[in-house]
Amino acid sequence: MSNLNLHLKVWRQNAGQPGHFQDIEAPEIPDHASFLEMMDIVNERLISKGQEPVAFDHDCREGICGACSMQINGVPHGPEKATTTCQLHMRKFRTGDTIWVEPFRAKAFPVIKDLVVDRGAFDRIQQAGGFVSVRTGAPQDANALPIGKETADAAMDAAECIGCGACVAACKNASAMLFVSAKAGQLNLLPQGQPEKDRRTLGMVRQMDKEGFGNCTNQYECEAACPKEISVRWITKLNRDYAVAAVKETFGNSRKEAGGGD
Amino acid sequence: MSAVFDSLSRFYASSIGKKILVALTGLVLIGFVLGHMIGNLLIFVGRDAINEYGHMLQTALHGGGVWIARLGLLACVLIHVVATVSLTKASRAARPDAYGRHKAQVSSTASRTMIWSGLTILAFVVYHLLHFTAHVGNDYATYKTTLHGEAVHDVYRMVIAGFSWAPASIFYLIAMALLCSHLSHGFSSLFQTLGISTDKTEPVFKKAGYAFAGLIFAGNAAIVLSIWLFGYGS
Repeated sequence: MSNLNLHLKVWRQNAGQPGHFQDIEAPEIPDHASFLEMMDIVNERLISKGQEPVAFDHDCREGICGACSMQINGVPHGPEKATTTCQLHMRKFRTGDTIWVEPFRAKAFPVIKDLVVDRGAFDRIQQAGGFVSVRTGAPQDANALPIGKETADAAMDAAECIGCGACVAACKNASAMLFVSAKAGQLNLLPQGQPEKDRRTLGMVRQMDKEGFGNCTNQYECEAACPKEISVRWITKLNRDYAVAAVKETFGNSRKEAGGGD
Repeated sequence: MSAVFDSLSRFYASSIGKKILVALTGLVLIGFVLGHMIGNLLIFVGRDAINEYGHMLQTALHGGGVWIARLGLLACVLIHVVATVSLTKASRAARPDAYGRHKAQVSSTASRTMIWSGLTILAFVVYHLLHFTAHVGNDYATYKTTLHGEAVHDVYRMVIAGFSWAPASIFYLIAMALLCSHLSHGFSSLFQTLGISTDKTEPVFKKAGYAFAGLIFAGNAAIVLSIWLFGYGS
């Protein structure tokens, strides 16, 4: 075990006000600390000096909740592939390194404070169709609905998305297509998702546009940055599902309202 | 009726809808640049070959064919440009505050400069049409030759004269390099937007896109270079 002496450039901002980078020295950081633990140490020192600690999002600290974010040296969740910020170890850095720490930047992710951004836009996209409507009550018998192993595995791959927003942060257009495609795709692939497939696809894509995310230009920076390695093939599927749903909506029969009877 | 138009305008208003239109019009334009290059390469077959080809284009469907093609291509260019400019503006607005440090991990420079290569190609197309189609600022329209006993436009002489002037040749070469860059991303990208790419076909589309971009550059640059630098036809 050894200690690292680091120079941090950390984004400081209060909601609605312009932000700036603050130079913070971080000497004697143990290399077995995680990135968030390093931030904890930095904050302890700031507090003991009577200064404002750096606000950042965190929760489970085991890479599955999607709370932690941060653009580290220009890459969401830092330089390690398929790793969230909380799982990133300081031994991946060298003593003397300058580390840039910024919030995920997008109009749809307004800064709340410092490194904390409001990712509520993702929740609203989910509410626009990222679910299946099921009856409540006793569960169905297991295996009553046969699903191929390959299909089940693929749906699980998409379901790995933790909704952290790294895809938006990495995209030069701040597009949310990888997130939306994973959330829509995992349900659109399964039999349970079929009844609401078109409505889901149109609803989620329209909400995505409404939130002010940018437009995908097929450069796959999102896939490279995703801590869960969600494939851009989900975006291919979303494009296809959207085209089909839009054609049906445009040229298909209009929905008839059920009559009340007399 | 209006329900259909409402839905169509909703489709165009959506991000994916616009992208699908960009991909479909891009596909038409890819077909066009290939056909255009193959036709132009007839200049290496000889004077009569390219003049006969030019005459055929002018007189197909009693002269209507060329206008059908022109209007179709104009519509494609308009949709392609208007939709991409609107998409790009929305994407810029989606990140109002730039990163202090931003690192691209996998995207190519060509893919990150599509709007600039595209708009330069648009400017080039305007120049190209003024140069060789509308004959603005030159007397190419008066170039005539006899083919099968008929007086036809001398395309061969026009092209040789056009590329004997260095500034035109240089602009054409720059435009072709940017077209090559544009195609290197656009070709494989359209299959993703149309929802066709798979893990197995994506690498094939990618390589085919590079090969196609290289082919279009090589074919068109060969015409310019052989006339301008090597004096072909003069």
